[in-house]
Amino acid sequence: MQLRNDTERYGLIAILLHWLVALAVFGMFGLGLWMTGLTYYDPWYHRAPALHKSIGVLLFLVMVARLLWRLRNPPPAPLPSHGLMERAVAHAVHLWLYIMLFAIMLAGYLIPTADGRAVEVFGLFSVPATLTSLPQQEDLAGTVHLYLAMFLMTLVALHIAGALKHHFIDRDRTLKRMLGR
Amino acid sequence: MKKLIPLLLLILGAAAPVHADDYVIDSKNAHAFIQFRISHLGFSWLYGRFNDFDGTFSYDEKNPAAAKVAVNIRTASIDSNNAERDKHLRSDDFLDTGKFPNAKFVSTAYEDKGAGKGTLKGKLTLHGVTQPVSIDVEHVGTGPDPWGGVRRGFFGTTKLVLKDFGINYDLGPAARTVYLDLSVEGIKQ
Repeated sequence: MQLRNDTERYGLIAILLHWLVALAVFGMFGLGLWMTGLTYYDPWYHRAPALHKSIGVLLFLVMVARLLWRLRNPPPAPLPSHGLMERAVAHAVHLWLYIMLFAIMLAGYLIPTADGRAVEVFGLFSVPATLTSLPQQEDLAGTVHLYLAMFLMTLVALHIAGALKHHFIDRDRTLKRMLGR
Repeated sequence: MKKLIPLLLLILGAAAPVHADDYVIDSKNAHAFIQFRISHLGFSWLYGRFNDFDGTFSYDEKNPAAAKVAVNIRTASIDSNNAERDKHLRSDDFLDTGKFPNAKFVSTAYEDKGAGKGTLKGKLTLHGVTQPVSIDVEHVGTGPDPWGGVRRGFFGTTKLVLKDFGINYDLGPAARTVYLDLSVEGIKQ
């Protein structure tokens, strides 16, 4: 399989980045909801948030790489069978997926750093705090983080619905293209 | 006649109106603190405080029993020096500050025990629940400050059982009681 996208196909790099982010988004959504409900004596009470933050920072780096890759190496053209409306909706959903991902990661970062603490990434390195001590920063950032994550998952549902519609109803190559065909 | 003078003074003194001084608690310049501590797993003390509150008290040295205190606390100003913990403390697991943004203490009685010590009784409303509390009070000092005012300060301690105020999150058997250290300085009005 080719590494780079061409006008017909996705390359391996774009495909791997897509599925890696997809896996991380589902994992992080589940982890986030689960960890906020953990009780004080749960062995995961500290471990789960540490994992969530570490993955979050790495996901941010992956998303930056993905965005740069996409800018240098545009995705293939839409299939000729895709209508104008379909293209517009798909494009809007893609755009908002990117925007939401970055917004969620930013809001998440602003929670534990509100008091000036750094975010540790698997004990390997840490990301220092920047914006701190805004009024009720951790609460506001937490609420935004949660609601944007809900909105992101709604977009993800639309995105998946679109892919499945193309695969099972239109019977075109849209979904298969993201598998390298 | 000489014997009458002290008697006369006594009568006049008793008949004179009670002259309590009113003080505003100096939370503006942070010469007052509502500190709390709670056991962490039974291993150590965790300290925190409320940063935003205001209050007043009245006090008459000749009649300490008439002392009155009222304090309002913005619960969201809780600060335990850890943003994530503060976020949790503000959530509905603990203070539920969205629903109960204010806590207040209003005194009901003061029992003077002499030597600057006493017991302040009152009602504390926290997490929407009002309970009687009893604060051990110690008069720390009073006098003119260097800037033209007159100040008076007290130190108080009390303890609260969290579940009495409907806060039922399990922090372990050693952490069911919160101890409060109250350092209060008032500026005479």
